[in-house]
Amino acid sequence: METGMTRNVVILGSGPAGLTAAIYTARADLNPLVIEGEPSSTSDQPGGQLMLTTEVENFPGFPGGIMGPQLMMSMREQAERFGAEIVTNKATKLDLARTPIGIWTGDPEAPEPDITTRSLIVATGARSLMLGVPNEARLLGYGVSTCATCDGFFFRGKRIAVIGGGDSAIEEALFLTKFGDSVTIIHRRKELRASKIMQDRAFKNEKIDFIWDSVVVDVLGDNNVSGLRIRDVNTGEERELDVDGVFVAIGHAPSTELFEGKLEMDGAGYLITTDGTNTTVRGVFACGDVQDHVYRQAVTAAGSGCMAAIDAERYLAGLE
Amino acid sequence: MADNIITVSDDTFDEEVGASDTPVVVDFWAEWCGPCKMVAPVLEEIADDKKGALKVAKLNVDDNPRTAQRFQVMSIPTLLLFKDGEPASRIVGARSKNQILSEFEPHLV
Repeated sequence: METGMTRNVVILGSGPAGLTAAIYTARADLNPLVIEGEPSSTSDQPGGQLMLTTEVENFPGFPGGIMGPQLMMSMREQAERFGAEIVTNKATKLDLARTPIGIWTGDPEAPEPDITTRSLIVATGARSLMLGVPNEARLLGYGVSTCATCDGFFFRGKRIAVIGGGDSAIEEALFLTKFGDSVTIIHRRKELRASKIMQDRAFKNEKIDFIWDSVVVDVLGDNNVSGLRIRDVNTGEERELDVDGVFVAIGHAPSTELFEGKLEMDGAGYLITTDGTNTTVRGVFACGDVQDHVYRQAVTAAGSGCMAAIDAERYLAGLE
Repeated sequence: MADNIITVSDDTFDEEVGASDTPVVVDFWAEWCGPCKMVAPVLEEIADDKKGALKVAKLNVDDNPRTAQRFQVMSIPTLLLFKDGEPASRIVGARSKNQILSEFEPHLV
């Protein structure tokens, strides 16, 4: 038995892709429902990755820059203005084989989905990877942080380690030099993956030093972080490094667990889209970082969110 | 801000939270923290729903570093539930209303 009416479109995720899709489908009178997930330090991040950033300098239309969270709150307000409904629930199970599509937001074992929809836009994005070492989770919030912009403040005059060698690692390290006494970048290779301009900035900064060819084996500390155990990947030698704060920026993984075995993915778990934003199931569209590991920008995510909305609108028109 | 949410500072913390007969959730936050902005409206709802059983207080860590340090807050948002003036439960990071209530409700009886 169906509870409630079948929706025209449900959007999973509330980052730039999901909210842009919401703005467009709302303006097309499709009454979109946005299921944004439940916030957690290590998985869902309603509002997307921009919620964890400060100044966004490259989003067109803001010559003076705009704060990431502010930009997302504005997109949200804009979507709601046109009637998009946003709920802070987690989709726990999907049935894409049935028509209409079934979405569970409560107990995934329940016999019937609590939401049904004619089309689905997947905009679940990507999330930061954690180190996965034994004491990392226990010390999260006690010196281990996933958000430099939120927590840098607490490490004024302290010794900070940043793990990673890409643009986001360098960006975090540079930001953290405003607070920390020293910032040590620990990278598993002997050169950075970050863009040239970011590398130059990092090498020029006197507060930043590097430990190359090394990985973190564990986070040390009883109540608060007191250090890291690191291993040289060439010699296998382990040693301890005294630090008060650890910021992890080792890359991203797409949030696609929910679609395993249901939608086609590449080897890294990113959804495969063809001919616009179509996935391998008719009526299911994907946009933003969940299907893009190349560009990964707020503006490209928003652009593909618009594409997904138009694709969904045309698909729905074709059903009538 | 809802009128049943109070703002506390380093100076007023002991009086407003420490000496409170009602349990108090203290939201450690700052202007520059994105996830804190997500938690704010959720706490307003909780303050309304739990009126009389639970006080909700906001503490800006930028202006009140002593209290943040005293309770070892090193990540925001942090929600600390105080019962009889002592920390009884802690949530680090933004959470939904259901998640916050299921963590704190057992302490409210």
